[in-house]
Amino acid sequence: MKEEKKLSKFKLIHIFMQNSRRYFAISIIASLIATVCSLAIPKLISYSVDSVIGDLPPESPLIAQVFGKLASVFGSDAGGKPGLWILAAAIALLALLMCVFRYMDTVFIRRGSETLSENMRNMLFRHIMRIPMSWFSAHQTGDLIQRSTSDVETLRDFLSTQLTQVIRTVIIIVFSLVFMFNINTTLSLVALIFIPVIIGYSIFFHVKISKSFEEADKNEGILSAICQENLTGVRVVRAFGREKTEIEKYTKQNEKYTGIWIKVGKYMTWFWAAGDVITGLQMISVIVIGTVICVEGRITVGDLISFILYNSMLEWPVRMIGRTIANMSRAGVSVGRIGEILSAGQEKDAPDAVDCPRDGDIEFSHVSFSFDGETRILDDVSLKIPAGSTLGIIGMTGSGKSTLAALLTRLYELDEGCGTITVGGIDIRNIKLDSLRKTIGIVHQEPFLFSKTLGENIGITFDSPAERIMEIKEAAQAACLGETIEGFAKGYDTPVGERGVTLSGGQKQRTAIARVLAQGSPVMVFDDSLSAVDSETDARIRRSLAEKTAGTTVILISHRIQTLMNSDNIAVMSGGKITESGTHEELIKNDGMYRAIYDLQSYSGEEDE
Amino acid sequence: MDEYTPLFTKHLKGFGIPKIIPFLKKYRIPLFFMASLQVAASVLSILFPKFQEYAINNYVTPGITDGIVGFALIYSAVLLVKVALDAVSMYIGTVMEMKIGRDLKQASFNHLQTLSFSYFHRNSVGYILSRVSSDTNRIGTLVSWEFIGLLWNFTYAAGSLVVMFVTNPGLAALVMIIVPVLVVVISVMQKKLLYTNREIREENAKISGGFNEGITGAKTIKTLATGDKMYSEFSAMTGRMKKVSVRDARIRGTITLTLNLAAYIALAVVVKVGGDMAAEQIMTIGTLSMFMTYALGLMEPVRWVIDSLAELTTIQVNIERFFGLLETEPDVKDTAEVIEKYGTILEPKRENWEEITGDIEFENVTFKYPDGEEYVLRDFSLKIPHGTNVAIVGETGAGKSTIVNLVCRFFEPTEGRVLIDGRDARERSQLWLHSNIGYVLQTPHLFSGTIRDNMKYGKPDATDEEIMEALRTVSADEIVTKSKDGLDTEVGEGGELLSTGEKQLISFARAIICDPKLLILDEATSSIDSFTEQIIQDSIKTVIEGRTSFVIAHRLSTVRGADVILVVKDGKIIEQGRHRSLMKQRGYYFDLYTQQYRDEATANYFEGLKAGS
Repeated sequence: MKEEKKLSKFKLIHIFMQNSRRYFAISIIASLIATVCSLAIPKLISYSVDSVIGDLPPESPLIAQVFGKLASVFGSDAGGKPGLWILAAAIALLALLMCVFRYMDTVFIRRGSETLSENMRNMLFRHIMRIPMSWFSAHQTGDLIQRSTSDVETLRDFLSTQLTQVIRTVIIIVFSLVFMFNINTTLSLVALIFIPVIIGYSIFFHVKISKSFEEADKNEGILSAICQENLTGVRVVRAFGREKTEIEKYTKQNEKYTGIWIKVGKYMTWFWAAGDVITGLQMISVIVIGTVICVEGRITVGDLISFILYNSMLEWPVRMIGRTIANMSRAGVSVGRIGEILSAGQEKDAPDAVDCPRDGDIEFSHVSFSFDGETRILDDVSLKIPAGSTLGIIGMTGSGKSTLAALLTRLYELDEGCGTITVGGIDIRNIKLDSLRKTIGIVHQEPFLFSKTLGENIGITFDSPAERIMEIKEAAQAACLGETIEGFAKGYDTPVGERGVTLSGGQKQRTAIARVLAQGSPVMVFDDSLSAVDSETDARIRRSLAEKTAGTTVILISHRIQTLMNSDNIAVMSGGKITESGTHEELIKNDGMYRAIYDLQSYSGEEDE
Repeated sequence: MDEYTPLFTKHLKGFGIPKIIPFLKKYRIPLFFMASLQVAASVLSILFPKFQEYAINNYVTPGITDGIVGFALIYSAVLLVKVALDAVSMYIGTVMEMKIGRDLKQASFNHLQTLSFSYFHRNSVGYILSRVSSDTNRIGTLVSWEFIGLLWNFTYAAGSLVVMFVTNPGLAALVMIIVPVLVVVISVMQKKLLYTNREIREENAKISGGFNEGITGAKTIKTLATGDKMYSEFSAMTGRMKKVSVRDARIRGTITLTLNLAAYIALAVVVKVGGDMAAEQIMTIGTLSMFMTYALGLMEPVRWVIDSLAELTTIQVNIERFFGLLETEPDVKDTAEVIEKYGTILEPKRENWEEITGDIEFENVTFKYPDGEEYVLRDFSLKIPHGTNVAIVGETGAGKSTIVNLVCRFFEPTEGRVLIDGRDARERSQLWLHSNIGYVLQTPHLFSGTIRDNMKYGKPDATDEEIMEALRTVSADEIVTKSKDGLDTEVGEGGELLSTGEKQLISFARAIICDPKLLILDEATSSIDSFTEQIIQDSIKTVIEGRTSFVIAHRLSTVRGADVILVVKDGKIIEQGRHRSLMKQRGYYFDLYTQQYRDEATANYFEGLKAGS
């Protein structure tokens, strides 16, 4: 399970693109056809100017042949030339073809890009669902989220936009040059020498300026942080009467930030101006030299006009590509970061894993456990919990109580030779994970609620919670939450989280309890899950749980004697070991830890009166 | 806190632009300059195809090259002038964008310093922050780039039409026919785009939310065995995202298709009609080529103009939200007479400020929060002579801050009065009151900067001696002495470079450095080690000595010694008195106290075991 297979970057990209490649291929082909169509149009124009309006012999035998045929079919004007309307129609037709293929290009590239990101996101999410807990503990949440969101976007933009844009631009440049060289070599060379200059200059500039952008971004961050601090600390600011200091601080950074952007703006202005000059000079050179060549009779007027059109088609793709190339470098880093998540091992079932027995005894046998291989959290713990009985566990923070529950549901795996945990006599390592976790319901100390409605949260384990609202309400009642929920204007449809109600700690715990009750597991673990409710509610919940959970196996983890005292068996934990166990009556007779805690908790407040 | 914004709000007059005008006034000269340069640059751009025409008509057709060098030079000169005009106006544009953005940011930030707490209750930090940062950026962009773009393209489109009409009205009219068709198609499509854009943004937020939940909730998802369900919900989201994105691409594709097709149809018309003219020698070849260039080049500016207009409708939302902030009036305001005597936050008149004694009285106070429905205080009266220690207890979220909010005048009573030293709190300025209050938050809030910066927050003119003295009082001097940078030690954003205990001690010291007569203490609930805990408890005892203090209490030790305990449940004060009498009542306080006592005794017992082992 620990095997972490390292995927190479190319292999990863290959996998990511497996179902989107064809869309990219189609879009590139469409773009190629569209380019050819758009390049053919100037040819038609030059033909019309030279041979239809003018009287020069057609330069291209192919065009002459095609239009000769058309003229004989649709009729020609005097002199056997095709009518201009035929040429106009041909231009419109070619334009239509070009537009349709451009449209296909746009749609398919987007389809490809979205299929790609859908695939990457789904792969990541599915993988994340199966990464073992130990891996999460070793990585920062914020960083993982960032990898799943912005790194995915960076990579998507690289593969779908930047890479294809480069390919597209190369196609345009190559084809335009073919058409241009076809007209006149000298003139093409004039146009060509400017291209590397523009691209090179643009890459150089964008690489140079990226630092200024970073600096500007950083300062924007600082500016936001000042405002954010001011807002989160509004009580401090007001209570100390420090509004003036705050305004001064903000003003200073605001000026700095503005200044930096103005500086960046100055660079950008120079960049665009220089770009305009270079491309403008290129155009002028083409027109002037073209005119000279034309006057010398080396090319026709029509050729000159179409050459100018080709040249103007090249301008923007060439100017934009520098920026694209300069921005491409970040993608490599992103692939690596995504790859790290996908290379993490996954939770897996043993090949011959079985379903979890629903009424088996649970047994911990000589269990030892450590997170870091040094400090032992559990040290040779043995416990037996007969089916249908209740076990109470009491102990100090860090004594290993919660670890017992985590091990029982295989959130963490026991190492070889560190004891065994069995349910109904079957080692949990040979039980299907899903079945094991559905059999054992845990209520964690700090419950996590989903940003759904209260009803959906309680019925989270149902496939369609809406249809099982009765069961949800029943579970909420049993967790003493029914009244609270019905008190909300939207009742069970009240959303939880940022856009909904803010629940108190106790309400969250009760929601988590209701959620596990609704699941109907035959084994339930309550991991200090009533710590945030007052003693009265605590007692009410325990009473209703006792009714609702009759016949189920229950593990209660708490530091309140009241919560545990009716358990069939109580284990006292200290330093990873079980130091005492027995029923409440037995334990208070011993003069041990349990008795000491009991005495402390029997305090009734009387001496304070 | 609702961040939902409708796509098209009620139309503000002129897209809300009149509201921005006051912010533009001081830049009217550069803005005018920028606009003029842009128009000039655009007009020069229109002339470029004219050069083509000239070259063909005067060199190519007659077959001479005399004077072509001069032509090239003039052409280049015009180009350089155009580039220079463009560059200068682009630069002014950047400066305008940034300066107007800066002014808007500053205005909103300054205004926030005067807004009442009810505003901060209603709006989340994230919401306010995006008003101050992103809305201002968007509005800055509007007045510079959108404006420049609109001007350039409008001039270009209009100018080309003029040139065409002057050269050949008949042909120009034919090219023109396409423009209205284009306008209709693009306008309809634009509207659809706005909807898909919003849908995409929302789906995107949901997908990020999905990752967030899948990662932060991993443990719960595992133990509930709902991973597969989560995945199917997630893949439904990514599926929807793909669908709406492709729809978006179709709309965009259609716009481009219409645009290009229109341009080429115009070209075809020019080839046929213009070609016939040229064949009959009514039109020169050069003019024909110029017409072709205009026909192809006209559609892009038309699109730009339509796009800009669509953009205006969305920026309207930003303008509206931004001015929503700027036009919010504070609930708690000093009256003109008070300002006259005591000054404002920016210009306090400290010479007129009275010394404070610290007597506080609630006189028949009835109160409900501006956004609440229920009265949380009804006819509440309580005399708090100076030096009294008031403890406020109750469950988390029960509404313990209400009393503090009223004492600090963060809110004002709905009815009745809060008296400070026998006079209505409203008779003196907020800054006067706040300058006499020391405040310690539950989660100690330090500002990024050094320890000295943070201490000076309590007293701007404090000397290092005074700072050290205050730190010593609460036993926090060690934090400074053990660090090599001393008072210059950086605390990091929100004080993250210090431990929780250290942050608390420094915030205590900060609260007492100006020797306030009123002290508000919101005790920390977060667990810290028992040694620091003891230091903090001792510090609390020291600092509340001789001051009127309000302690929002979670610990027993502070409660027991308090002169008055206010017990809060569901927002209301249900019991009040000293510890002993409250215990005798055997009511809610009794329950709360015994429960806490047991939990704490047990925790201490375990602590003892741990220390002993």
